[in-house]
Amino acid sequence: MENQYAIEMLHITKKFPGIIANDDITIQLKKGEIHALLGENGAGKSTLMSVLFGLYQAEEGIIKKDGKEVQIKNPNDANALGIGMVHQHFKLVECFTVLDNIIMGVEPNKFGFLQKKEARAKVLELSEKYGLHIDPDAYIEDITVGMQQRTEILKMLYRENEVLIFDEPTAVLTPQEIEELMQIMKNLAAEGKSILFISHKLNEIKAVADRCSVLRKGKYIGTVDTKDATIEELSAMMVGHNVNLHVQKEESVPREVVLDIENMTVASKMHKNNAVKGVSLKVHRGEVVCIAGIDGNGQTEFVYGLTGLEPLVDGKITLCGEDITKAPIRKRLLSGMSHIPEDRHKHGLVLDYPLDYNCVLQRYFEPEFTDKFGFLRKKNIRDYADKLIEQYDVRSGQGAITIARSMSGGNQQKAIVAREIDKNPELLIAVQPTRGLDVGAIEYIHKQIIAQRDAGKGVLLVSLELEEVMDVSDRILVMYEGEIVGELNPKTTTEDELGLYMAGAKRDEVKA
Amino acid sequence: MIKKILKNEAFQSLFASLLCIILGVAIGYVVLLFINPTGAGEAIMEVLKNFMHYSKANLQLKNFGGTLVKTAPLIMCSLSILFAFKVGLFNIGAAGQYCVGICVSLYCALALGMGWVPCMLLAAVAGALYGAIVGLLKSYCNVNEVISGIMLNWIALYSTNMILTNVKEGTSPYTFHLSTDGPQAILPTMGLENLFAGNEKVTIALPLSILTAVLVLVVLEKTKFGFELKATGFNKNAAKYCGMAEKRNIIVTLMISGAIASLGASFLYLTDFEQWSCTSSAVPAMGFNGIAAAFLGGLNPIGTIFSSYFIQHITNGGAFVDKTMYCSQISDLISAIIIYLCGFVFFIKYMMNYVIDKNEERQALKAKAEAEAEAKTQEGGDK
Repeated sequence: MENQYAIEMLHITKKFPGIIANDDITIQLKKGEIHALLGENGAGKSTLMSVLFGLYQAEEGIIKKDGKEVQIKNPNDANALGIGMVHQHFKLVECFTVLDNIIMGVEPNKFGFLQKKEARAKVLELSEKYGLHIDPDAYIEDITVGMQQRTEILKMLYRENEVLIFDEPTAVLTPQEIEELMQIMKNLAAEGKSILFISHKLNEIKAVADRCSVLRKGKYIGTVDTKDATIEELSAMMVGHNVNLHVQKEESVPREVVLDIENMTVASKMHKNNAVKGVSLKVHRGEVVCIAGIDGNGQTEFVYGLTGLEPLVDGKITLCGEDITKAPIRKRLLSGMSHIPEDRHKHGLVLDYPLDYNCVLQRYFEPEFTDKFGFLRKKNIRDYADKLIEQYDVRSGQGAITIARSMSGGNQQKAIVAREIDKNPELLIAVQPTRGLDVGAIEYIHKQIIAQRDAGKGVLLVSLELEEVMDVSDRILVMYEGEIVGELNPKTTTEDELGLYMAGAKRDEVKA
Repeated sequence: MIKKILKNEAFQSLFASLLCIILGVAIGYVVLLFINPTGAGEAIMEVLKNFMHYSKANLQLKNFGGTLVKTAPLIMCSLSILFAFKVGLFNIGAAGQYCVGICVSLYCALALGMGWVPCMLLAAVAGALYGAIVGLLKSYCNVNEVISGIMLNWIALYSTNMILTNVKEGTSPYTFHLSTDGPQAILPTMGLENLFAGNEKVTIALPLSILTAVLVLVVLEKTKFGFELKATGFNKNAAKYCGMAEKRNIIVTLMISGAIASLGASFLYLTDFEQWSCTSSAVPAMGFNGIAAAFLGGLNPIGTIFSSYFIQHITNGGAFVDKTMYCSQISDLISAIIIYLCGFVFFIKYMMNYVIDKNEERQALKAKAEAEAEAKTQEGGDK
């Protein structure tokens, strides 16, 4: 009988200092199927895929490709076996163009001279075929996270891999893009490619996957046919108890204005036009205002301008009645602004610092953490970090002294959220706060955001995820090409209507 | 137990540094063998023996003192490199800042007749300002600090030659002796010469440089200032996000780095141990040796004290190599080889960890196989 499995990972065990990331895990991927891998942060999904991709060596267990045992010692071995992967944190060369990144390592050449023309044609064809819109000549550092991911996917397609691993591919995509991606995945599977799809978005798994294997805290829980399982059952398998998928919240009671933005204009780093064009809005105490929109419509620059990371071309920002338009970043933070940044590795953390140092990254100079001679009070810092770890359930190998780099993405994010909320801000700016997190952590962070609102803080949420936008916010502002094109009430609007605004098909004249 | 020691960070640094030294000496020996096999063993021993070359205790002590005199500026140069490195900057301009230090301390001493304290302080200020140029270019014009540092090294060298021509002897290219023309600027010995058989060149420079090492350690590890600087070094964007003045931090770091290097220069030239040759056509090697010393010391300020001494020890030892068998450049060659190998500290540490991990893995697998085999035999017994 012909072997029906493209990839089999049998009894894989992988340990890290202080933690067993994978404990006797078995996954079998059928040919031409979309197999979802479901689990919370730190459940060991990424580790397992890294073992398959040759980034880590498992201590125990074997990997079979088409029924034959194989050794995968590095990503080159994996590539040779036709295994491709889109990583959660992209592996792109920032100062190269999209095209260069796609062909990197397999550059078509004649006598050592690059033949980029052929490559470009092939890339454009793939891009056309799968609707993965890219500009092949743009530099990676200049394009949005969404476009970077499309580049990663094209990289895999360009190499004609048979087994495709998607490590949380939808985390950064817009609803429309996610739908497109789902379609692409289905097409790929229909063409005989086998797909491993790592996610903790149950809707997507339900929509696209044939089967689903669940991991929990490094252990294998089981594999189910997705058509037979309900979302509730899947989430219970994942977290070990029942979770509430919808945010419970009271009616908001907006009070006085905490943030007033008038006519904000921010220049773009990518093109000569302004990325944010005369945005005006108000955030009141006791409400969650959400800026919705498709990635790359000026949200990032808007937040940079608001938090002081980029200067304004024009406009005025008032926080708690104080003009902070030209204030330095430290002044803004001290005036009651908290900022959960979009990119936790770039801005949120000093990855080579231990967790406790990261917890006081904005407060190290306060008397509690520095004495009057300028010496750090290390014991206080450690105690404070222990308190946050305990209170916000941040998990790491060695507690407060763990180097941030070695923590899982979800726990890194939890640490940032803990730090920003514990500052007791007047205004909380949360940019994609649940990007790449599992259901349990998302539920937790949403609760924290609502709690801040109920405590009379203003919350400005920037999100690309429709569900989050609809669930958490009290007021939705849609941003399209750097302008606010609509103000919607989440109770009366629908996801479809929101989608039309986000796509620029509909717009109102909005007054702040 | 042994495993624990092997995994200890400090032990690894020490072990790696020692291994580098041994490798460097071995390769140096091989090179000597190629040039002239008969004297190789003796020559390499001379390099390592340095002042032990002399049999009289008195002379030994005096020459030991001589090595220490040049160790002080090397400690300062390696601290300068280390400090900048911890903030993510590679201050190759330390050599030029060192040169500026020479220029200012000698000019203030010989032309302006200042005492040693103002000479030293002005040298430090000048070094800081010279470092600030690199910092300003880096933060505001995004010029790589290595490029601007190297350029400024040459500017510093020729400016020094030009300025010090005003205070040189008529017929030779050397500057005046401090002992005759500027005794007020000679660093005090505070009785240290008594420890080194009356070698008056051993001055407070040595304790001052060790004090600087301790200061650098404390600032980097214990203070708010160090917290900020290291955060900027690790992740400039995060530092900015947290409201740290990351541009100012880069400038301040290079200023401090420059001041340390420059002070190092005054530590040597204000002892009247050496004179400056106004026809020098190369930047003093001290600043570059500081790079090797910083790495050999495992990028630890206290470690640099020992690594600097070692590097100075073999550099001085090179002078004792038999010049009838080897040409006079051989001493520099051998010390250069050893210094070069010193840069491999981090590579060796990496290899150590790799070997330890592999071993552990193998042992774990073995233990598991044994346990399984045992379980199987027991099963068999049950049946």
